[in-house]
Amino acid sequence: MTGKPTEQIEGVAIRFCGDSGDGMQLTGTKFTESTALAGNDLSTLPDFPAEIRAPAGTLAGVSGFQIHFASTDVRTPADQPDVLVAFNPAALRANIEDVRPGGTVIINSDAFNKKSLQRAGYEDDPLPAIRERFHLVEIPITNLNREAIKDLGLGSRDSDRSKNFFALGLMYWLYNRPVESTLRWLKARFRDQVLEANVRVLKAGYAFGETTELFPRSFIVPRAKIQPGTYRNITGNTALAWGIVAAGVQMERPIFLGAYPITPASDVLHEVARFRNFGVKTFQAEDEIAAISASIGASFAGHLAVTTTSGPGMVLKQEALGLAVMTELPLVVVDIQRSGPSTGMPTKIEQGDLLLALYGRNSESPLPVLAASSPGDCFYTMLEAFRIAVTYMTPVVVLSDSYLANSAEPWLIPDPAELPRHPVGYRRDPKGFQPYLRDPETLARPWAIPGTPGLEHRIGGLSKQDVTGNVSYDPVNNARMIELRAEKVARIAQELPPVEVVGDDHGDLLVVGWGGTQGAIASAVESARADGLAVSAIHLRHLNPFPPNLEEVLRGFEQVLVPELNGGQLAMLLRARFLVPAQSFPKVQGQPFKVAEIRTRIDQLMKRNED
Amino acid sequence: MAEATPLSSKDFQSNQDVRWCPGCGDYSILANVQRVMPDLGVPRENFVFVSGIGCSSRFPYYMNTYGMHTIHGRAPAFATGIKASRPELSVWVVTGDGDGLSIGGNHLLHTIRRNVDLQILLFNNRVYGLTKGQYSPTSRLGMKTKSTPDGAIDHPIDPIAFALGAGATFVARTIDVHASHLQMVLRRAHEHRGTAFIEILQNCPVYNDDEWIEVEDRKQRIEAALDLEDGHPLVWGADDQRRGIRIENGIPSIVHLGAGEDPVAKGVAIHHERHESPAYAFALASLQRPSFPLPIGVFRAVEKPSYDALLEAQVETAIAKRGRGDLAALLNSGDTWSVSD
Repeated sequence: MTGKPTEQIEGVAIRFCGDSGDGMQLTGTKFTESTALAGNDLSTLPDFPAEIRAPAGTLAGVSGFQIHFASTDVRTPADQPDVLVAFNPAALRANIEDVRPGGTVIINSDAFNKKSLQRAGYEDDPLPAIRERFHLVEIPITNLNREAIKDLGLGSRDSDRSKNFFALGLMYWLYNRPVESTLRWLKARFRDQVLEANVRVLKAGYAFGETTELFPRSFIVPRAKIQPGTYRNITGNTALAWGIVAAGVQMERPIFLGAYPITPASDVLHEVARFRNFGVKTFQAEDEIAAISASIGASFAGHLAVTTTSGPGMVLKQEALGLAVMTELPLVVVDIQRSGPSTGMPTKIEQGDLLLALYGRNSESPLPVLAASSPGDCFYTMLEAFRIAVTYMTPVVVLSDSYLANSAEPWLIPDPAELPRHPVGYRRDPKGFQPYLRDPETLARPWAIPGTPGLEHRIGGLSKQDVTGNVSYDPVNNARMIELRAEKVARIAQELPPVEVVGDDHGDLLVVGWGGTQGAIASAVESARADGLAVSAIHLRHLNPFPPNLEEVLRGFEQVLVPELNGGQLAMLLRARFLVPAQSFPKVQGQPFKVAEIRTRIDQLMKRNED
Repeated sequence: MAEATPLSSKDFQSNQDVRWCPGCGDYSILANVQRVMPDLGVPRENFVFVSGIGCSSRFPYYMNTYGMHTIHGRAPAFATGIKASRPELSVWVVTGDGDGLSIGGNHLLHTIRRNVDLQILLFNNRVYGLTKGQYSPTSRLGMKTKSTPDGAIDHPIDPIAFALGAGATFVARTIDVHASHLQMVLRRAHEHRGTAFIEILQNCPVYNDDEWIEVEDRKQRIEAALDLEDGHPLVWGADDQRRGIRIENGIPSIVHLGAGEDPVAKGVAIHHERHESPAYAFALASLQRPSFPLPIGVFRAVEKPSYDALLEAQVETAIAKRGRGDLAALLNSGDTWSVSD
């Protein structure tokens, strides 16, 4: 226990930043795990360059990890960090303007010399100006780190690798975080001198906090009051991967995942590939097209098939996705959206693929589209997507984004016994079998898989006759089949829950969001409501079909605002579909919305309303 | 349960009218495939025919088995998904020179490389038929078509050399109208574990008629075809004009054989399907008309584990080692914490 006084605070946002080789993502992840175990609610925002190792000390190579944790409900990684930990001048320069005025800036003073300042583009020493605006704490982290392990005989290069753990130890002390989970992780990961070095440095950082005069007190962030249960930390990509594995268990069918490596979706492939003992088969294909094609083949053969990708890969998959629509096979396509167009900013955030998911194929090719709204929600979205896919015999697109993919939040671990079970039946009976004879309620055709005697049949991309599925060029039949497939997708709306309005169901302004922007929108709307504004919010999980009550909800408000991390795609859909004057609030900077941005926009609209 | 009646080729004919042009080589290939199917010891419901786009790709519609007519060039990828998920199925890919070697070249390459246990039938007529007569990646240099009025300036690719380059474990060439040879090759391909790649020389009577007449015609083929038989020397020609192929430093050359002369003594190579190195098969693949006879038969047949078998083994090993996956254990793995009221 520290001998210094403690101060209780509600919450804090910290950003760790340094070179992409400095281990900032690891530092952030470990701090997050410890913070979760301390019982706080939290939200994180990793922000890293696409380059694996950009030249050291340059702005291009700066990697950051922000965590916001509190004893209250945390919905976003916070607009502005209260504390910045900067490992070099480039990291300082790239991040300082984000820090809350008057916030704390901790730097590794050993990394600040003429050369590194120049490399970061500083002509003069920036520290005097920073002292004016922030509480600057200068710590010679490199030397303190070397000092702690000098007797281990590691070279200076190897020694310096552990300096992020010095900072981590210090931050553990400063915010009274438990160190045990990190020690356990180190012991499982490293051996001998490297283990000893990391452990010693972590403890040295902690001890430095206790003894240094730079920090007169430490802070306590009490446990958050959240729903009772067992929790864990989860990122969106892990939740997605586990949702895939869970779907196989809950539906009692084997999973086939075809994928081609692409940022930020690759981690889902990595994670699912670990679970062969669940009967899961993963296939790293030669390209995006083969990945979806093999998945469709596996679906024809009776597997629960899924393919994961991001925007550029989603484009390549569209022809095969059209075939899945035409052959009416169950398939889940996950698009973890990233900043574009083209290759764009592969590690940055965008929601630019909504229209691509809905309308990216030739001709009339409708399919259901779902979007996850938080990291943990990715799990449930996958379960729902598989259920819709097999119930309606249709491909389903799940939209996530690179923010959800890499951010973490505490997640109430579900009890598998309480998750919906949905055993999948194949058609077995040859009597009366027709490949395109539809279920009268869902309009789904039967799933008849190879190996079933008497059900031999052919499917393909050519226009097919109603009921028999035989190739047909009959004009009226073609129109009828297009209508039937559209009607099938539209009927999914019947089973969707009504969209929930946060706030009153009538008022001046409705803010409509979808996907990973939920936290920022909810926070902005809540603050507006707390200030007495007649603002409500809805967040759409179902982008096609829309929830059945959407039109009614939209008509209950004078104005509709649609904040989206794209050029206004959902806004366009709402206007086209419902003829409501939805106003777009687009953002395409590769960064998530700040709560304040949305709040400001709300205030502008409400003011206009008054005028 | 009563013993099932043995199936006949008729049982493999679907109720759809076959719609290839009159005289198309595809008719013969279809008939021979349907003839072989009942003898393979596979229940009809376990056959899956997968195709891409093109004339040849209509094939699955005419087979009374499970079938999938997919998108242009991607049939090997669809078939990989089917076979990798259900290794007990007998999966056949039907493709053409355009579908398989142009738009689908990448998938063909990687499917062969992985040695997925599939039979891939590539109908080579050296022309695009369904799009009405453009040159294909196997068309001869200089071929005049609607899209190449001044002659094709692409150097063609040889399907056998392509497959060998991708590491194919079974490679054969046969001819649409030579029923018994075609059937023999189909049976061999089915027996093979791993990707069996078959180039079927196929006539397109509308856009490239008689492209293979030298090896199709019974008389001309005596001079133009080299029949490959395992363990036999590479000899062809009429009795009074016998010649053999010698291969030195990977380079083939022609040896003239006198009456009764022993080809082996004259240095003629003996055909061997199971050389571990593909160099010999490459040398054979380089034999092209008109300088050389065109080899017909099995170029190479070697054993390597197939992708689907290895994948299945990984699943079985994982279950044996770690036990069948437990979802609750997975969700609760790693660091967790409890919140009470």
